[in-house]
Amino acid sequence: MQKLLNWVDERFPLTASYKAHLSEYFAPKNFNFWYFFGSLALLVLVIQIVSGIFLTMHYKPDAALAFASVEYIMRDVDYGWLIRYIHSTGASMFFVVVYLHMFRGLIYGSYRQPRELIWIFGVIIYLVLMGEAFMGYLLPWGQMSYWGAQVIINLFAAVPFIGNELSEWIRGDYVIGDATLNRFFAFHVIALPLVLLGLVVAHLVALHEVGSNNPDGVEIKKLKGADGHPLDGIPFHPYYTVKDILGTVVFLIVFTAIVFFAPEMGGYFLEYNNFVPADSLKTPAHIAPVWYFTPYYAILRAIPPIFGSQFPGVAAMGIAVLIFFALPWLDKSPVKSIRYRGPKFKIALTLFVIAFIGLGILGVLPATPLYTLISQILSVVYFAFFLLMPWYTKNDTTKPVPERVTQ
Amino acid sequence: MKKLFFLLLAAPTLAFASGAGIHLDTAPVNLNDQGSLQRGARVFVNYCLNCHSAGYMRYNRMQDIGLSEAQIKENLLYAADKPGETMAVAMRTKDAKDWFGAPPPDLSVITRSRGADWVYTYLRSFYRDDSRPTGWNNTVFDKVGMPHVMQELQGQLAPVYRTEKTEDGKEHHVIERFELVKPGKLTQAEYDALVGDLTNYLSWMGEPAKGDRMQIGLVVLLFLSVFYVVAFYLKKEFWKDVH
Repeated sequence: MQKLLNWVDERFPLTASYKAHLSEYFAPKNFNFWYFFGSLALLVLVIQIVSGIFLTMHYKPDAALAFASVEYIMRDVDYGWLIRYIHSTGASMFFVVVYLHMFRGLIYGSYRQPRELIWIFGVIIYLVLMGEAFMGYLLPWGQMSYWGAQVIINLFAAVPFIGNELSEWIRGDYVIGDATLNRFFAFHVIALPLVLLGLVVAHLVALHEVGSNNPDGVEIKKLKGADGHPLDGIPFHPYYTVKDILGTVVFLIVFTAIVFFAPEMGGYFLEYNNFVPADSLKTPAHIAPVWYFTPYYAILRAIPPIFGSQFPGVAAMGIAVLIFFALPWLDKSPVKSIRYRGPKFKIALTLFVIAFIGLGILGVLPATPLYTLISQILSVVYFAFFLLMPWYTKNDTTKPVPERVTQ
Repeated sequence: MKKLFFLLLAAPTLAFASGAGIHLDTAPVNLNDQGSLQRGARVFVNYCLNCHSAGYMRYNRMQDIGLSEAQIKENLLYAADKPGETMAVAMRTKDAKDWFGAPPPDLSVITRSRGADWVYTYLRSFYRDDSRPTGWNNTVFDKVGMPHVMQELQGQLAPVYRTEKTEDGKEHHVIERFELVKPGKLTQAEYDALVGDLTNYLSWMGEPAKGDRMQIGLVVLLFLSVFYVVAFYLKKEFWKDVH
């Protein structure tokens, strides 16, 4: 066995990689609850790829057959319902996990120097994931698939000068049709997953290069023991592998409880209107995107048209997502973790969370004058969190950061 | 934070309730009541399947609600030759469009889009309205193209109007109550029970695998609970030397 391993190691860095990324990758010993969501995101990615492969074996990307093929999977394919519910639940849970993972970065300053690139790769992953989810949502070819895609693609038509051509180019037709479904299928099952996998590798390579942050925001590599290992570090394997198994089991309990007992999740994970086949002549009374897009949808609707152009709203929505890229350079605080930050940051973060969740709720509801006003206020809060950050992080009263991590 | 999260979860229900504005009765859905499902299947085949298809549902799937293939063949198979076929309908889409204005929708997953309560209330809410081409209207679905197919069972209800004045002084008619102008074969309670069975069947047909799903789900959760205990002590054992 050892001989075989030696033979491989002379030709491929197997033992070296195992050491570098698992048995001798030293992670801070004080990871808490929030640190489960990185490995869980990887788990959901694998779940989505595997369940997705099985779905493509039976799904038909054809406007005349797509809806029926999904019902065929639900009824006539052995355990097809299970595969489909795993995939639909996985889509929503991917965003649950990713949002919590991003929030972890926000509270412990994981995006700060020297981890800016990890954060940037992460935001690109988030963007690609949005595209992946959006294109996948068209595939069941229900009313919400169709009209949701209609609304989103029409946003591109608001771009000045080239808008109409741009949206036509995306659709491949004057209306959403077979051509759109086919290309979205291609993007959903191969193009974007490939990009996603590459980005996840880059995200992890960058992480293992600089080492993980922790709830105290202390750099554990600064203090090393006689053996050259960080004093506050423990090998990822076995310590965090066994811990992540525990997190995985708890996550799977939640995940399977949804899959088996509430796959529609009250109309949030599977919208009721999506059990009606797509009909280009019947516009639903109320079109709401799936819950994970609703904060941005609310921002879009909050911005009034200027000179009859919807472009400002579309631009605001785009900026609302892209502004995450700037975070590492907007934060001027001398400390990373919320544990040592002052009241200004804590208030700003609380307001931001309220704004994000509030916009998420408003994005589901029909737009009334009152709701639009609230959306506008919350949109201002959302952007203020980022734009005022250099000011309120610099002037905050921070606490001294300890040398070593605390328990 | 937590409260807000739950508010977020409750939001679609709120949106639905505020959007519809129609009171819906609770449908007596019980997927374990095979007698009810079988009675519902018979009503479905006799009254609905003439115009509405259930194009994703195969006849022989009804073995799941306790019917043998021979029973299905003998009692329910009018519009198809083999039990392996789907519940198609003979009416052509173009004819249907000419007769009803819109082709009658496929009913395979109707309870999943409309909800069982909507279906249950809708089927009990037809009333006479001579201004409509079919002579029928519905309190749940105003100006519906579908006539009251089960009127021979329920009988005919006619509205009694009352005049109301709005703030701007305009008068308009509001339905106050319904009168039974022509009795049907069934009493109101019997008709409600029949529609209840039909709704139950439609709910089952919307997702025939639901029973399996719940059963397998229990086993999976049981397994994961045991696995949790193992994982918990495994983690504890490894972590006792971390200080």
